[in-house]
Amino acid sequence: MPAPGETVDPSRVHALDPDQLAAAVAAARESIRTAADLDALAAARTAHVQGAAAPLVLARRELGALPREERADAGRRHNAARAEAQAAYDTRLAELTAERDARVLVEERVDVTLPAARRRRGARHPLSSLSDRLVDVFVAMGYEVAEGPEVEHDWFNFEALNMAPDHPARSEHDTLYVEPTDSGRVLRTHTSPVQIRSLLDRPLPVYVVCPGRTYRNDTIDATHSPVFGQLEGLAVDEGITMADLRGTLEVFAQALFGSGLSTRLRPSFFPFTEPSAELDVQCFACRGEAAHQPCRVCSDEGWIEIGGCGMVDPNVLRATGVDPARYSGFAFGMGLERAAMIRHDVREIRDFVDGDVRFGLPFGIEV
Amino acid sequence: MLIVMSWLREYVEGLPPARAVADALIRAGFEVEGLRGVGGDVSGVVVGEIVDFEIVETKKKAVRWCQVRVAGGEAPSASGVRGVICGAHNFAVGDRVPVALPGAVLPGGFAITARKTYGHVSDGMICSARELGLGEDHDGILVLPPSAPLGADITELLDLADEVLDIAVTPDRGYALSVRGIAREAATAFGLPFTDPGAPPSESAASGATAIGAAYPVVVEDTAGCDRYVARVVTGVDPAAVTPLGWSRRLSLSGMRPISVPVDVTNAVLLGLGQPLHAFDRAKLTGAIVVRRAEAGEKLRTLDGVERTLDPEDLVIADDTGPIALAGVMGGASTEISAQTADIVLEAAHFDPISVARTARRHRLSSEASRRFERGVDPALAPVAAATAVDLLVELAGAHPAPGVTDLDHRPVVAPVLLPLREPERLAGRTYSAEVVRHRLADVGCTITDAATDGSAAGAGVLVVTPPSWRPDLTRPADLVEEIMRLEGYDTIPVTLPLLPAGRGLTPAQRMHRAVGRALAYAGLVEVLTLPFVPADAADALSLVADDKRRLAVRVANPIAEDAAYLRTTLLSGLIAAAVRNIGRGQQDLALFEVGRVFREQPGAPVRVPTPPVDRRPSVEEIAALDSVLPKQARHVAALLTGRREPAGWSAPGREADWADAVDAAQVVAEAVGITLTVTAGDAMPWHPGRCAELSVGGRLVGFAGELHPRVLGDAGLPPRTVAMELSLDVVVEAATAAPPVVAPVISTYPPADRDVALVVPAQVPVADVTEALREGAGDLLESLTLFDVFEGAQVGAGQRSLAFGLRLRAGDRTLTAAEVNAVRDTAVELAAQRTGAVLRT
Repeated sequence: MPAPGETVDPSRVHALDPDQLAAAVAAARESIRTAADLDALAAARTAHVQGAAAPLVLARRELGALPREERADAGRRHNAARAEAQAAYDTRLAELTAERDARVLVEERVDVTLPAARRRRGARHPLSSLSDRLVDVFVAMGYEVAEGPEVEHDWFNFEALNMAPDHPARSEHDTLYVEPTDSGRVLRTHTSPVQIRSLLDRPLPVYVVCPGRTYRNDTIDATHSPVFGQLEGLAVDEGITMADLRGTLEVFAQALFGSGLSTRLRPSFFPFTEPSAELDVQCFACRGEAAHQPCRVCSDEGWIEIGGCGMVDPNVLRATGVDPARYSGFAFGMGLERAAMIRHDVREIRDFVDGDVRFGLPFGIEV
Repeated sequence: MLIVMSWLREYVEGLPPARAVADALIRAGFEVEGLRGVGGDVSGVVVGEIVDFEIVETKKKAVRWCQVRVAGGEAPSASGVRGVICGAHNFAVGDRVPVALPGAVLPGGFAITARKTYGHVSDGMICSARELGLGEDHDGILVLPPSAPLGADITELLDLADEVLDIAVTPDRGYALSVRGIAREAATAFGLPFTDPGAPPSESAASGATAIGAAYPVVVEDTAGCDRYVARVVTGVDPAAVTPLGWSRRLSLSGMRPISVPVDVTNAVLLGLGQPLHAFDRAKLTGAIVVRRAEAGEKLRTLDGVERTLDPEDLVIADDTGPIALAGVMGGASTEISAQTADIVLEAAHFDPISVARTARRHRLSSEASRRFERGVDPALAPVAAATAVDLLVELAGAHPAPGVTDLDHRPVVAPVLLPLREPERLAGRTYSAEVVRHRLADVGCTITDAATDGSAAGAGVLVVTPPSWRPDLTRPADLVEEIMRLEGYDTIPVTLPLLPAGRGLTPAQRMHRAVGRALAYAGLVEVLTLPFVPADAADALSLVADDKRRLAVRVANPIAEDAAYLRTTLLSGLIAAAVRNIGRGQQDLALFEVGRVFREQPGAPVRVPTPPVDRRPSVEEIAALDSVLPKQARHVAALLTGRREPAGWSAPGREADWADAVDAAQVVAEAVGITLTVTAGDAMPWHPGRCAELSVGGRLVGFAGELHPRVLGDAGLPPRTVAMELSLDVVVEAATAAPPVVAPVISTYPPADRDVALVVPAQVPVADVTEALREGAGDLLESLTLFDVFEGAQVGAGQRSLAFGLRLRAGDRTLTAAEVNAVRDTAVELAAQRTGAVLRT
């Protein structure tokens, strides 16, 4: 190999001959083309494109040995040859890299249908969620949430609600009394005592909704429970009418069973309201249409009874110091279990208090 | 209340089909729980006449081969006579009988065909009362009156097809416990004329009877308990008289068993008019009837055979021998009518509802009579009802009415109600014209005068309304408004919404209650709501010490079950029971929580306080007094974990819950409301004394968490190492509410410096103390402190343990130098060494 600047016999620098360069490029291309993987490609590059012994690299060194007038041409020839080999390499590199990547990603594939649960699932009790959901409807309308004790004084649970000790309605309450028997303490039979407490505690007007646990002397079985949740609403203001009650209950019924269902009020009796009514909602399952019956939800009645309501009895207002001539009010109440049983097709009321995790889990957290 | 439609139709002519009547009654506030058709399944039975019969002897018995003439129908012979085999013998030639022709259907879908029997082709069947669904009589065939037209359809002739409404009557509407009361409502609903069968006779008709004088001597000593007492006497009751089919059928369909003419008559009047009657056997009465309160210790054997010791509050009917009936509740055995009774004293009275209710409750004796008196019987009805009963006894039992009517009338005057004409609109939200108001009140039976015209003080625009005698529930304008509204229809009330002032939303405490429930659920716990009733030994089951406040349980006076007579003082009782139930059903891995109230007596609290009246607002003191007798009812949150806390699966073997999970659950509660609980070693049952964390906030005890005591777990049947926590949610919420707003940290963008230190400390030193010392020693530059290893073993020596901490330091204003970082680390270690005897492990 000639030293730089040394004049060489052109016959000795044939490596820069067009033929020789073409042969070197062809050899490089062939080697690159046939490289089976990235390692073989790297070897081909060393052997033909970049390595110290690569013909193209060797040829480059001989450029200096050429006579000045030939150098430019030979240089261009060499660059072109070199570029061609490099392009062949780049192309093959891209091919092989893509091939490798594809293969690796395939090899790394996992079965994403393997169960991914890393933590235990929890759930809120369906009655808690239902209560919150219904409460939210009223809070959105401007009501506030009132609460009261579960062991309640007879005066709040009965007397102030227009149920004197010998009122026949009391016998329908199957009250659980708390010892000592003459203490006047009862397990509240409804959330209505919270109405009394609200009217005593709060300035008028009063708009409250009262969720809570209530008690009756019922042995637990499929359809009875000594403990059940109620939700009660109370509005006392100037100018409150039964029409306002109807409107409010329609909003309530929609929140409970969905929109588009009619409601109806049936005259009824409660000691603490006058006039009084039962609230029925059109059955969401059959909508009273014979085509969708027999209907297990409503027993083909077409209506579901969901609660009692009415205009607050003047005696109740009087017992809380509200002038019944100036103020009027409505109240309504419903059983949470019954609503949940209808909505979710719960067969046994005892499922609500048994605490079996299989019952609660499907309801999730934010239903 | 069972209402027989044919009876109702007798009182109101022109009623539409029963379904429509039921719907109208529902709309008017009478809950129709059932509508049952009866006798509609009988067809093809006609009236026939026995023309002749011959006896056919068979192996077992003699039967009759009868020739029966059935006019009309497709009789096989021109004369309309057909042959029928009959096993009964209670008929004679010429009798008219019900004949089921071939093709007839009897109750239960029993089809009749012509068939060969006892050597003859029986071309039909002669029916008994039972075979027609008319009752239980099957002793022989039903012999019809001679007036029964030949060939007439028996279902029409006997009113076989009928319908029965089952109506749930609300306690304010005593009048509706009668055909009379329902008839008025049905007539009103369809705008049909109604002639009140209970209306008092006009003056001229009544005067005739009263002029004759008393029927039987009666003294009413307690006119408040009995403001009306009518007595009538009938004599010569025919003991052989039988209640006719129509009446006995009505009674049966109304749910009453026909017994004898006198009993059936009193029941018919009770059901028809709503007036309870009592029939005394006159021969068994001694002296005058006295209505009075019982004397202490007096005894009475009632008709149900029970000997009752009377209370001085019980109102009784007595004669010279002592009490003979519990007024308005039940008669006595000594004066009971029997099959031999010929002379009867009929009582039709009006008793005080409260007095009857108390007596019925005191003696646990609810009767058809007491049920009606409690809910209100029409006090004007007594003489009419008595007269109706007398008439029926004359008609059905051949009795003779004795002259005279005893009528002791002490009824108070019914006070009129002043109804402003605008009051219905004020409550309903729609207008009712004055005409509609008057018309509806008249439908109810009210009499109305105009305040302006009758000179009363009420003035114009106010109606003076006198409710009818049968509506003691109508005492206030609101009561009258309900009548107007329901009769006009609740569906005519418009739908509006009140205009509410702005609400304040949930209170912070209410938001926190929700946050706690959600946080625990998101942490993988399942909420349960257990029954709050526990047995007497609930505290023992948790090994609570003698002076533990959780032993101050509240007892239910009339518990559902003796082993559920107390209210829970801790949520753990219910959670343990729920866990046991789950495990019994195969669910071993459990994380349960409950939010709810626990109940505790407050020693020294008053036991009873006077109750305020209800005609005014109670004073603050009166309210406080009422509250003072109530037990403490704190809101708690508790959790119980057992089995695997992290699920076992293909990627991990799972992890068993341990004490730390209980503490973590407690911290989840605290974090949900933005506070942190301070953990110290605790010792409280039912926790393991060495694995019990006492949790507090700001020095105030909040609750406990950790592993449950092995003895408690063993007794409950729960797996070893089950863990639990219980917090006073009230205290948590108070602390959170009182906490100042969060101060945002300054976020430094300079790099952190990490240093690890391993400290060897005596094993009894709580980690919390070491951590506290390190924090304090490291000062403000400490960003975080992590305990990443705890090691006990030979290398660190007995009674010692090695705690490895990672300290991350960072300054807000510069990059810390290595010298600064090391100096902070050394200061921290030094303080830990000083306070806890920690030695830096090298």
